[in-house]
Amino acid sequence: MTHLPYIVAAYGMTIGLAVILGTSAALRLRRARARLAAIERPSRADSRAGGASAP
Amino acid sequence: MGRNETVLNATPSLAARTGNFFHRYANPGRFLRLGARLQPWLTWPAIVLSIAGIVWGLFLSPADWQQGDSVRIMYVHVPAAWLASSGYMGLAVCSLLSLVWRHPLADLAAVEIGPVGASVTAICLATGSLWGKPMWGTWWVWDARLTSVLVLFFLYLGHIALIRAFDEPQRGYRAAAILGLAGAVDLPIIKFSVQWWNTLHQPDSITLTAAPTMSTNMLWPLLVCTVGFTFGFAAILVARLRAAVMESRVRTALAMRRGRAEAQDSEPDLSGAVA
Repeated sequence: MTHLPYIVAAYGMTIGLAVILGTSAALRLRRARARLAAIERPSRADSRAGGASAP
Repeated sequence: MGRNETVLNATPSLAARTGNFFHRYANPGRFLRLGARLQPWLTWPAIVLSIAGIVWGLFLSPADWQQGDSVRIMYVHVPAAWLASSGYMGLAVCSLLSLVWRHPLADLAAVEIGPVGASVTAICLATGSLWGKPMWGTWWVWDARLTSVLVLFFLYLGHIALIRAFDEPQRGYRAAAILGLAGAVDLPIIKFSVQWWNTLHQPDSITLTAAPTMSTNMLWPLLVCTVGFTFGFAAILVARLRAAVMESRVRTALAMRRGRAEAQDSEPDLSGAVA
């Protein structure tokens, strides 16, 4: 009896989960960074405009 | 009296110093800068060492004289078991920091450790089962080591559920921190289960006090895999924690913007009332 299916299943499961966890973390970070940048851009522009109009 | 005063004076200063040390990294901006610098130093070693360890373990290390090629499952099972326990240890430390010092990043870290820790514990149980079937002839036995790791998996799941169970996040953080600390009792039980009880699971092959009971041809790829997986675990956690801090900033910024908009909307009504 060969044990190859057990070995393939164990490695496949581990590598698959590592790829899912790593990719989801990277995508979530990229999304969060983009949303934060989009929100901070107008507020910085507002504060700059406010500062310029102040006497 | 003077001696007592010295002791009393010394204790708060130590606590204050410890608190200051932890609160230095409670600043989200400082953490984001530190995390951005750390990220590549965690990610690249994780990828390189994990690939090297897996290739070494799968193709270059020898088969066991008794277990044959099944022993190769060890190179993913043991690092997963190590990370399951050390991840929960990290969760318990975050719980302590949250309960004692009200460290805001500790709460966020606890939220992020839960799913990653539960995943590696599931991998540990699944790969153990896949190793057990050809070696023991069964997928599962209610042996002390296996059962205590299953309890650890349920503790992770309980923590994930509890920390998200309340409308007010602070209440969830407190309740989950208590569970996180109480659950740490399971860690020594996992560690010593193979010594305290007669188990089907083999005793530890690597200990701090004795020479390893396995060939160095197997030990080295196992160590490389363990270090690589540990870097990977840390890299995923840091990325998730950075994302969580950024999402929290987005929520705060949106709430402030909404507050300003509501204040502006209410201004004309007020001036109209005065006029």
